[in-house]
Order: sequence, then C-alpha cells, then structure tokens
Amino acid sequence: MTDTLTTLTAKDFTSNQEPKWCAGCGDHAVLQQLKSAMADLGLKTEEVVVVSGIGCSSRLPYYVATYGVHGIHGRALPVASGLKAARPELNVWVATGDGDALSIGGNHYIHTIRRNPDLNVILLNNEIYGLTKGQYSPTSKIGQKTVTSPNGVVDYPMNTVALTLGAGGTFVARVTDRDGKFMREIFKRGAEHRGTSLIEIYQNCPIFNDNAFSAFTDRERKADTTLYVENGQPLVFGKESEKGIRLDGFTPKVVNLNDGSVSKEDLWIHDEKDFNKANILSRFFDDPNASEDFLPRPFGIFYVEDRFTYEDALTAQVEKAQENGEGTLEALLAGNSTWTIK
Amino acid sequence: MTPKTSVTVLFAGDSGDGMQLTGTQFANTVAVYGSDLNTFPNFPSEIRAPAGTISGVSGFQMQFGSTAVYTPGAKFDVLIAMNAAALKSNIDKLHHGGIIIVDTDGFDAKNLKLSGYGEGNNPLEDGSLNDYTLFSVPVVSLTRKALADTGLSVKNIDRCKNMFILGILYWLYSLPIETTVQTLKSKFKNKADIADANIKAVTAGYNFGDETDMFAQFGRFEVGPAEMKKGTYRRVTGNEAAAIGLAAASKKAGLKLFLGSYPITPATEILQALANMKKWGVKTFQAEDEIAGVLSSIGASYGGALAATSTSGPGLALKSEALGLAVIMEVPLVVINVQRGGPSTGLPTKPEQSDLFISMFGRHGDAPVPVIAAYSPVDCFYAAYEAAKIAVEHMTPVICLTDGYLAFSSEPMLIPSPDSLLDVKPVFAKPRNEGDAPYLPYKRDERAVREWAVPGTKGLEHRIGGLEKSHETGNVSHDPANHQLMTDLRLQKVEKVADSIPLQTIDNGPEKGDLLVLGWGSTYGAIKIAVDRARKAGHSVAHAHLRYLNPFPKNLGEILSSYKKVLIPENNCGQLLMMIRDRFLIEPVAFNKVEGLPFNEMEIEAKITDIVKEL
Repeated sequence: MTDTLTTLTAKDFTSNQEPKWCAGCGDHAVLQQLKSAMADLGLKTEEVVVVSGIGCSSRLPYYVATYGVHGIHGRALPVASGLKAARPELNVWVATGDGDALSIGGNHYIHTIRRNPDLNVILLNNEIYGLTKGQYSPTSKIGQKTVTSPNGVVDYPMNTVALTLGAGGTFVARVTDRDGKFMREIFKRGAEHRGTSLIEIYQNCPIFNDNAFSAFTDRERKADTTLYVENGQPLVFGKESEKGIRLDGFTPKVVNLNDGSVSKEDLWIHDEKDFNKANILSRFFDDPNASEDFLPRPFGIFYVEDRFTYEDALTAQVEKAQENGEGTLEALLAGNSTWTIK
Repeated sequence: MTPKTSVTVLFAGDSGDGMQLTGTQFANTVAVYGSDLNTFPNFPSEIRAPAGTISGVSGFQMQFGSTAVYTPGAKFDVLIAMNAAALKSNIDKLHHGGIIIVDTDGFDAKNLKLSGYGEGNNPLEDGSLNDYTLFSVPVVSLTRKALADTGLSVKNIDRCKNMFILGILYWLYSLPIETTVQTLKSKFKNKADIADANIKAVTAGYNFGDETDMFAQFGRFEVGPAEMKKGTYRRVTGNEAAAIGLAAASKKAGLKLFLGSYPITPATEILQALANMKKWGVKTFQAEDEIAGVLSSIGASYGGALAATSTSGPGLALKSEALGLAVIMEVPLVVINVQRGGPSTGLPTKPEQSDLFISMFGRHGDAPVPVIAAYSPVDCFYAAYEAAKIAVEHMTPVICLTDGYLAFSSEPMLIPSPDSLLDVKPVFAKPRNEGDAPYLPYKRDERAVREWAVPGTKGLEHRIGGLEKSHETGNVSHDPANHQLMTDLRLQKVEKVADSIPLQTIDNGPEKGDLLVLGWGSTYGAIKIAVDRARKAGHSVAHAHLRYLNPFPKNLGEILSSYKKVLIPENNCGQLLMMIRDRFLIEPVAFNKVEGLPFNEMEIEAKITDIVKEL
C-alpha cells in the first residue's frame, strides 16, 4: 500500500466545472476550505460523496471532484442517510442552506440529527433565499425587509445551534465564511467525529443580503461581538481580551477583567462535552445591532458527544442476525412453515 | 359424508374475538390437507372499535376446494358468527340455504342492542333465519364447562372460545385438529397452561360434533385434496410475497437490499417482513416520512444497493417529486404501491385499482417509468421480483402495483427452486486508471441504458442530480437541443423495456372471438371464473391479464384486434381503459366498480352475458 500512497491536494478535489456563484459570495471560501480539509484528511476522491439539496450552496457538489448527488429541495439528508446506511465505509458530506435544511427540509433535519448517522453537514446560512432572488428565510431577522416581507419579517428566526442541540446533535459548531483556516480545522474535527457533525457557516450573500453578518465580521466590531470558544479555555473576548463570561447560577454575565472585580479563574471554562453549558451557550443569540446590551455570538465547537451512529447500530443488528452465516436463497424462499404435496 | 368441491367460510366476530387467528388456523389445516385455498381478512380500520357493534366486526373469509381456487369466494356457504353484530353485518352475503353457526352467548340483550337488532328482537328465535341451516351453540358456556378444571381465570378461559368453534368446524369438514395442536404448542411454548387450555378447547369443540345430535340429520362434509402441482408449499399473503420477492431478487443479483419506507396501510407488512430479514443482509430504514423513505432508497441505490420503497396511494403522492429525481438520475428503484381506496385518506383498509394514473403520469415533467401489476397474492412475489429485475437491468425506477385485496389475501405458494428464478444482472461501470479516457456517466448502450457507477470505485467520480444533464458527460446543461435529446432518450429507454418482457398471452379462451375480457391486477380470479363459466355456457369469450402496463407488451394491439369487443373490468373509473383507447384507438366496454370491494365472478359473468347477447 505505502508505495502507491500519494497525498492529494486541494487541486485534486477540484472538478472541471467552474463555480457559478456570484463574485464575492461566501460560498467560494467555503468550497476552498472544504477541498483543503479533504486533502488534509488524506481522503481519496473515490471514497467521498458530497450530497446536497437545492439552493445556491447546494451547487457545491458539482465543484468537488468526488462522487456527488445534487438532489431535491430540502432532502439532501435522507439521500445521504440512505447512502450511508447502505455503504457505511463511504465518507459522506452534505452541503445545505438555511432554507434547504431548516425550512422545506426541517423534518428531515431534526430526524437525521437524532439518528446520528456519520455525516458531515455544512449548513451555509445566509439568512436569505438567494437562488430565488431574495425572499426571507427561516433565519432572517425580525423586521428584515425582503421582496416577500416588504413591511419587515414577522417570523421569529430559527436558532440553528439551539435547534440542533435540542434534536440530539452530537457535534455542533459555528463559523463564518471569513474564518479561513479556522473553518478548515472545524471541518476536519467534524469529519473525524463519528456521528452527524453540524457546522453552521454564517455566509454572506453580497447580492440579496449583504452585510447580514457584518456585526460579527467587521474588523472594527468583531472583537466585541464574537466569542471564539476553545475547549478548556475561559470564555474571553474583546479587543484586548478584556472581557469574559461568568456564569451566575444559570445566567451568563459579561464581566470586565480590567476592573479588578473578577479574574480569569472566575470565568466560564468552555467544556465541549458539557451538554448543559452548550445549551446555555447556544442561546447567546442577541443581535448586536439591536441593543448595546448583548452577549457576544459564540463561534467554534459548542458541543461534542460520543454516541453510536445509526449505520453502526444497524450493521451490528445485521451481523448479529448473520452470526451463524448469511441466509441462503433456498431458506428465504422456503420460510418457516411448509407442507409437501406428493 | 357429503363431498364438496369447494366451500366458502366466513369467521366473523368482535375484533377482540381472535377471528383472524381462528381463520388462519383453519387455512393452515386445509392447506396441509392438500386442498387449494384463498383467504381474505376483513377488519375494521379502527384497532378496537366498540365491542358488540357492527363497526367492531372482524372477519376472515376463505374458500377452499378440491379444484383450483382463485378467490376467497363471492358468497359464503358457512357463516360463523360469534355475536349478533357479526351475523347482522354478514348475513346478506350468505348463500340461500347456507349454514350459520352462532355462539348463542353472543346474542344476549346487550349484544342485540349494540348490533342494532334491538333488545327483544333475537334473530335466532324470530324465524328470520328459517331459509338457512342454523346451528345454535352456547360456545362460551361450553368452553367454560370444558375448561372448568384448568384453574385459569374466566377471562382467560373465555379467550379460548374461538378454539372451541374451530373444533366444531374441523369436525364438520372432517379435518384433523393436529396442525392446530402443534401450532398452539409452539406458539405458547413458554405458557404451557394457555397452550393446554386452547388444545382442550379445540378438542372439546371437535368432540361436541360427535356428541351432540344437533348435526345428526345433517351429517359431515368432506372437501378433498386438490390436484396441486407436486412440491413443497408455504402460505403467503401478497405483502409477505412482495417482501420475499424483493429479497430474493437481491440475492439473485448479488446486491444488498435496502428498503426505505414509512408505515402506511395496507403496505406496512412489507416493511415489517423485510425488517425481519436481516439474516439475508436486508437493511430497512423506517424514515420520518414517505418522502425520506423514497429518498433514502435513492441514496442507497446511488450507493449500489438494490433499493426499494413500499407505500400506498397517499404515500405515492408524496413521493412524486423524488420519483422524478430517480427518473432523471437514472438509478434503479422499486416502488411497491399497495393500492387502497382514494382519494386522500379514502378507504385505507379497502382495495381499489385507482393508482394506475398516478403511477403512469403522477410526476411533473416528462417522467416515464415502467409500471407492472401483480394479479394474485403469490404473484406479488413474482411481480416484485420482476420489478427489481427491470429496475436494475434498465437503470430506472419501476412501480409495482398490488392492492389491499392481494396484500392481505393468502394462498399456497409452490416454493420455487432458486435456479428457476430469472437472473438479475446489474451492469456496473468498471474502475478506471489514470490515462484512461474520462468516464462518461450518461453513455448508454443499445437499450439506452447507462451503467451503474458506484461510489468507492476508482476513476468513476461523477456528480449527478436533478438538473438536466448533458448527454454522456452528465454535466449540468440548459442547452435546448440537449434537453430534447435527454427527454427522448429517457422515454426510449422505458419503451425499450418492451424488447425484454414476454409477449402477452391469452389466459383462457380462443385466440380470436367475440369478446376479450382484459384485466390487470387483483381482478384476475373473478375474471378467470367468469370467463370460464361463460365459455361453458357456449360463448366465444377469452381472458387476457396484463402484467406490463408500461410499456405494454408488443403484441397487445394485435390481440385486441382479434376480438369483436373488449371488456375492461377495473376497480376504478376507467384508467386502463383510457390508456388502451389512447394507445390503440379502440373503444372498449367499461366495467367499473369502486365500492372498496373486489369484483365477484357473478358480476363479471353477468356483464359478459349482456355484451355477447348484443353481438
């Protein structure tokens, strides 16, 4: 084996199809980091399948030189689940969007998350329907004006991370399309996790929803509005890392490390195995544009849990049933109860 | 002992009375004895409708005979009624002069009231049953007496009453109780007291026949063994047969079977049966909904499994968009659609043949798929098997139609030898090496069929999906001429299935004549008997039954033109008729019935007689 082992590069994961996304679309960056992550992981192009639904982000499989299925709107997850159940040895990724996964595919989303097949789900959230030209999505902000909400959105927005934890997610992470290398590392962690890995990406749509995430990506504001969590480290943010999060009972509070009242030792230490804390963290969902008093938006890995995967459990049942050998066609046809006419 | 060539029996009682179990026991005994048979359960759609009411009546109908039996029978020769409601709701289908065996303990004031006869109006006593042969047996009382020393509670003793009546029936039809005794022993192997009590009850019922003088002047009957083909048999329902057919096709093809499905009446037993076939490598995925059911199968099919989904009308409607995806992806997929009364929730437990149009045309865009239909419970095995063969060998979704009548009916199945089953040959694309010409996922052979390129195979990496694909390369294409070409090719591919299916045959009757009765699906038995009788009456009538509804067999036009008239009986408002008229420009005679009931042979025979009179 070793003498023929060649390590592939991101270029080897690039298909011969030119991406048809708009200039400046966040999808380009995600595609690049995904291909790099696949190369870093030492994957072979023939063992990878990228499955998607419908939407701008769901075009992604065409641009990756692996196997790929571009399915129907909202339904990438059942396709991927069936594929993974039938072929557990394949490395299966899902590219989906906020409309695709959370609106038309919402039912598939929660049920896939609870079943926990070993899929890597990249959810590109741009808080808008891009492919159909600018209608509001289930993650659009209250009051957002779009072509179908000329007077402002009145639907309360979906919190992807909280929903995923609620549905029983075993790997829950969030990044932005500007995160580059950090995004790639999260992809790799997600791929290495056995179970469904949900990676929500805040992805800017420069055409229909430009600057939807600028509060979290602007160089000027980013340090005060975002909280990059790292396992085992205290929750610290701010331009000079002068702010932190302390838990007061179940209530998270922003504290100032420079005013002498608290030290780093008093802060919330991130533990990605702590389900209760992950749930609290997932509710850091304030809009920094709406009020001065907000909790920073967390990025990174919220939660990781080791739990059996659907396909492993199913395969184990099949193997158990075949303990004494696989059933023959003769036995299948004969069944349990027969009689003979002579 | 009076010999009989065939007998139709209905076991009817409260849905808690164990009528399905009783009927099944009788059927198993008859089968082992060697008679031919066909059974059909008739139960309420509610799990536990109010006891004693008409809506709570559960029935198990069966016909057995010393000649070939094609249906569970149109009218009963024997009606077993465990209570007043069971009698009231079924008496109209009992032959004039037929036998009624009732449990008189089910005709107390409360039962009479709940059944709608009304308190004080006991049909057993008011002479209204004088046209029938009535046997009134206090079954509950006799069972309690027979089991008095078992030490069981009255509740448990009363549960054995169905075995008592089964014993009477065994005596009446000169059948041994041994098969049932063996079954009870193995069914209750961990509950010896319950097994013993049930065996005692069936024995007491049998002995009651000998001891009482009730039947003395009437005597016993005997239905001899039928001239069955030699071999080993099992009894299957249509749903069981379909499940075995899918699994058998996967073994024959060397593929793993994957079933993505969602429970729906009357198709659920297919999912249940396959969930129990893990020993044969079968994987079942009970999805969150019908849509996920079919899409998980499409994913599994892309991965190289023999993939299927089982459903009924409302589910097929939900799967429409996904079936279009399977059509454009050109992956194998079997859809077993067990038809039921529609539209909407309709009549969930009742059969109908009204999903032919949705199977043919129920997708947006030009999205042709092969459609085939099973004609008997056993044929559900062969139809499911053949659906899998066509799907795999032609890289297409195939819809296999059965219905609630076939799904729940049972009959003896001659167990085929594995060698006798047709080969199922998938064509997989071979791995490619560097320097080889690029792989073309939509390159086709002379049948317009592409190869199956399975993930994990080196050099075949390709991306496909719902967007129109460029000819051969499979890349996304919006080119007008290409869409025309690909649409034409997908249609041709399905049409070319006609090159590999058998020609249509005449089931019964002359190859030219006055009238052809053209059927499809579960109408087979009724048409078969009706045509047989019409021919015996001297009419020039033939019967052809279609398995292949899309594409039609190549010689169908020629067959249709060999008769002065064509009659098409269907349990819908004329769906096959419209397809035949459109394709062959003839005007067949319609005979449509949508009562949630199958045709009976008398109806079809009468229709045949009416038509031939006019010719």
